Amino acid sequence: MSTARTDISSYLYEPPGPRGRRRILVGSVVSALALLGLLAAGLWQFGSHGQLDADKWLPFTDWAIWQYLLVGLVGTLSAAAIVAVLGSALGIVLALGRISRVRGIRWASTVYIEVARTVPVLLLIYLMLFGLPQLGVNLPTLWKLVIPLVFANAAVFAEIVRAGILSLPKGQHEAAISLGLRGHQAMRLVVLPQALRNVTPSLVSQLVSLLKDTSLGYIVAFTELLYRAQVLSAFNHLLIQTFLVVTLIYLVVNGSLSALAFRLQRPGRKRTPVAQPVPTLAATMPHAEFPGTAAEANTASRPGAVTPAAVDAHASTTTEDRRD
Amino acid sequence: MNLLGDNLGLLLEALGTTLLMAVVAGIGSLILGVLVTVARVSPIPLLRRAAFLYVQFFINVPLLALLILAVFALPDAGLILPLTPTAIIVLTVYEAAYVAEAVRSGVNTVGVGQIEASRALGLTLGQSLRLVVVPQALRAVVQPLGNVMIALAMNTALAAAVGVVELTSRVNKINLVYAQPIEIFTGAGLVYMAIALVIGLGTGWVERKVAIVR
Repeated sequence: MSTARTDISSYLYEPPGPRGRRRILVGSVVSALALLGLLAAGLWQFGSHGQLDADKWLPFTDWAIWQYLLVGLVGTLSAAAIVAVLGSALGIVLALGRISRVRGIRWASTVYIEVARTVPVLLLIYLMLFGLPQLGVNLPTLWKLVIPLVFANAAVFAEIVRAGILSLPKGQHEAAISLGLRGHQAMRLVVLPQALRNVTPSLVSQLVSLLKDTSLGYIVAFTELLYRAQVLSAFNHLLIQTFLVVTLIYLVVNGSLSALAFRLQRPGRKRTPVAQPVPTLAATMPHAEFPGTAAEANTASRPGAVTPAAVDAHASTTTEDRRD
Repeated sequence: MNLLGDNLGLLLEALGTTLLMAVVAGIGSLILGVLVTVARVSPIPLLRRAAFLYVQFFINVPLLALLILAVFALPDAGLILPLTPTAIIVLTVYEAAYVAEAVRSGVNTVGVGQIEASRALGLTLGQSLRLVVVPQALRAVVQPLGNVMIALAMNTALAAAVGVVELTSRVNKINLVYAQPIEIFTGAGLVYMAIALVIGLGTGWVERKVAIVR
């Protein structure tokens, strides 16, 4: 299944023969030239405006500048941590609300999720920043950033968790009930732990998106990476260099998180204690009309398919795309 | 409703900017995203690597940082365009990475048998991609692509932070004059929700249209 899922292109063409190899070589050379040309054009453009001069880059060998930016990174990470904790807690509550048997709760959670998913965070931040102070509500800077982000991210977390709960075989819940657990015990002790473990990759990717969202601290003047970059560039007038360096920092931090998500997503990871439903069951699961379940049905129909990974794929295709 | 009446023209103009950015960047990112996906499954290792790096870069860097880089920093290197086109270009290349991710997950759902069959019929790589793989892949990801488009529509608001006068920026300015934050921001929120609803309904319609009955 790993070959089937991760590398469809191996089916698109067989090992190339002499002619194919020649074509690939030509293609490689052409695309290499095109990419190099693009790079050269960019560098020439930068160079001709003096942006590659050593004295524009040398300041970044100074530890003090890095220290200044790292304080910003700490701000970014702590804001992200607060949003992650509050957002996922609220998200779990909302996910449970959305599948609740009480119609009012179900309705309220659904409305919340749909609203929070479709209102730009920046609008909420402006409300916090300019709107509420007019009404006499003036929160500390950190919370002007964190509250809108929690508001928006909770909805995304809720959808991820719900996908996890729905993708779990019904038998888990039924077995828990038949063992004498009450409904909420079954949810807390049996269903939720497995569901959360199954959607861990999606949760980690959501962390990446949330960490990116904290860059909105730039607008509320909260001390985070992008805001520090802005202050720094106003001071040293090295706009391009400063923002490129900051982009690189984001890339490294988020890249490590993404790599973690990818590793968790790999099939055959060690901790998959989930009962694996037989392929036919997986293909007829109630939400099979959901987007992305084509993947599920497809992988499930292949011999030796392992469903938890397909479940991950399901969860990530349905929810990951709703991030930012 | 004096507030609305006095500012209707400004608001409609701002809404127009928002919609323009969303539509142009939406179409652009769909095209670019599919091209990136094609590069990602192509037999040329260099292109695959480049497409992978492209996606990873834009998925890991905040849109706001890119917007600031493009609007405030790149003019120092002589790269300067009017404000709104710059924002549209940044949105396009940024969302294209998410489109590429979605389409690639769709490519992975195309049955191996389909590809083998198209090869057995003697289609070339280009033909089997164009006639067999991509059409099926796109059908499988209509809903995820709709979600990307909704995210894009929400992300157009970020252009306000670099000075584009679109809906968010305009309502903020109006609120500074009228000081009725709850009404004004709720109204703007409803407009964004309506945009998302239209995209959502549109995706649902397209999905029903192109669904493959298996």
